[in-house]
Amino acid sequence: MKFIVNNKEVFASTGGRPFDKQKPLIVFVHGSGLSHITWVLQTRYFAFHGYSVLAIDLPGHGYSEGPSITSIEEQGKWIADVIDAVGMKEASLVGHSQGCLISMECAQQFPDKIISLGLMGGAGAIPMNPELLELAEKGDPKAVDLMMDWAHGPSGHFGGHPVPGLHHINLGGSIVINGSIKDNLGVDFRACDNYKNGFEAAKKIKCPTINILGDKDRMCPVKEGKKLAEVIENSEVEVIENCGHMILLEEAGKSLSILKKFIRKNHPPQN
Amino acid sequence: MDSKTYKFDTLSLHAGYMPDKNAGSRQVPIYQTTSYLFDDVDHAAALFNLEQGGHIYSRISNPTVAVLEERVSALEGGTAALATSSGMSAIFLAIMTLCETGDHVVVSSQLYGGTVNLFRLTLPKFGINATFVKPRDTEGFKKAIQKNTKCIFGELVGNPGNELMNMPEIAKIAHDAGIPLVIDSTYQTPYLCRPFEYGADIVVHSLTKWMCGHGSSMAGILVEGGKFDWMQNDKFPSMTKPYEGYHGLSFAEEFGPVAFTMKARAEGMRDMGPCLSPQNAWNVLQGIETLSVRMEKHCSNALKMVEYLMNHESVAWVSHPSARDNPDYELAKKLLPKGTGSMIAFGIKGGKEAGAAFINNVKLSSHLANVGDTRTLVIHPASATHSQMDEKTLKLANMSQDMIRLSVGIEDIDDIKNDFENGFRAARKPKLVANQ
Repeated sequence: MKFIVNNKEVFASTGGRPFDKQKPLIVFVHGSGLSHITWVLQTRYFAFHGYSVLAIDLPGHGYSEGPSITSIEEQGKWIADVIDAVGMKEASLVGHSQGCLISMECAQQFPDKIISLGLMGGAGAIPMNPELLELAEKGDPKAVDLMMDWAHGPSGHFGGHPVPGLHHINLGGSIVINGSIKDNLGVDFRACDNYKNGFEAAKKIKCPTINILGDKDRMCPVKEGKKLAEVIENSEVEVIENCGHMILLEEAGKSLSILKKFIRKNHPPQN
Repeated sequence: MDSKTYKFDTLSLHAGYMPDKNAGSRQVPIYQTTSYLFDDVDHAAALFNLEQGGHIYSRISNPTVAVLEERVSALEGGTAALATSSGMSAIFLAIMTLCETGDHVVVSSQLYGGTVNLFRLTLPKFGINATFVKPRDTEGFKKAIQKNTKCIFGELVGNPGNELMNMPEIAKIAHDAGIPLVIDSTYQTPYLCRPFEYGADIVVHSLTKWMCGHGSSMAGILVEGGKFDWMQNDKFPSMTKPYEGYHGLSFAEEFGPVAFTMKARAEGMRDMGPCLSPQNAWNVLQGIETLSVRMEKHCSNALKMVEYLMNHESVAWVSHPSARDNPDYELAKKLLPKGTGSMIAFGIKGGKEAGAAFINNVKLSSHLANVGDTRTLVIHPASATHSQMDEKTLKLANMSQDMIRLSVGIEDIDDIKNDFENGFRAARKPKLVANQ
């Protein structure tokens, strides 16, 4: 659905069901250069099982009006604006990669709005490789190739997408390429690289939080995810074996099972 | 700093499959099963509602077939693929996924005869009509587009005349009109050309041909490029609007770069069901493992045969994009730098009668209705593969009665030439030696 946030048009997938203010809200926040498409194997379940879902396109991404927001702090505030804009008071957040940083920022800035937090492939900081950052800021497609290479574990490189016939790396790459490498991926990578407040934000998070990590994640390795989890007061960790950074797609079934259990416990559905 | 993602030859062998955890089978297992156990009622409901990935029934998907789909996606640079029982069913499914009753398509006039008949005779029964345009008439494709046109379709190198479509320019024409370009790339395989790199949006293959390569199994596939924006206009309501068949699902909204494939599978395989058998999928996978080495040999043999035929006293003309005097020579160098394929069309002096004598007297070369076998194949299209076309359509396809279609195999080139000498000898005296 499309709606207005801060005078700009925003797109969010509602998981195949009409948005319903009477149901508890879950907002899904995608990673660098990506879009709502990455969440399709999580959102449809929640939308059909008692929740209202918004898998948002961050400004400038997917079908949302630009420009991209340049800092994680502002992106965190923007998520709170989204919750307000759809007439809701509170939500659970689920983030992936950069989406984890954004969700943490939102949770620490607006603790009364956030019921629970799901972090997939998160870390307290996501410093960028300088060469990759430079390529992305120049809009060089090589940045996308490198990102897809590092983001995927064995199933991404060999095969075995949970949805028959889909190809991990080419699908992920096309989501980024279909946007602007320079204005989305470049801006997002710079925002991640500049962001130094992750651990401080994490210390202030009081809501139940789950960290879902992939043991073959080369972008946000398990040890970094665990370091972050140690700082969050009410936090648990689940590590998925043989899985890279694209946990939400590489191990869509396992990550959904973990999320289901966690969110249903901490933010029950409307039955 | 370079990406370490696997390259073409490695993907040909490995893409789509990791040895299974249960038995450690190095080869792709053949899942010869119709259906798959559900964990519980919720799991079944989630699969049927596309809430999660997995297999339900082998008409919709099958683990062995899925390996083939991922492998071809990887080789083509596509986001997703859907394998079918034949190349023809892939084309039918592509059009039925894009079009509604009352829609129109612009189609190259030089196509496999079965495809011509699909567009000329069968699809009009569904209210979908086609305008045929000669493959080299790039501007003609633009002129033929109507308000209700939903795609441009063609074979990059047309069957049987070997005329090329200017794919980058025709892709631009399609995209300016807000419609996708669908390319049948059977002749090329992804080894010779990856059409997504030149603007195509959907690629169709008859995998029966070079991809399988051994003349053993029927199979087809649709591959999606992932760049076409279905939401850019209101031409594709069944892709962008809520779909009753899946509780209001919008394929474009939820699946973006794989929306076409998801719709083709969820609707097309569910309702029409042209599914590929796991055994045939496995046979094609065996073929793909050696695609590069076979295509190199096919192409090098073809070049030698072009030279041989062009210098032969019994040959009136030769059509192959590698020939310097061919109108598509420069375009072929650009689109097909690794080789111009192993299909050759040539005219035999003496017309139809000489052609029949030639075909009846070659022994090593097989006279049959297929292309892309490891073995050399010959046929007289006007009396076989394209015989159901009327005079007007034959003319539009630039086909003549003296045309022989040759699919060059990977036998020793001297043996192929010697075999052709026998055929030409008979063709010079058709009444004396015909049917020997």
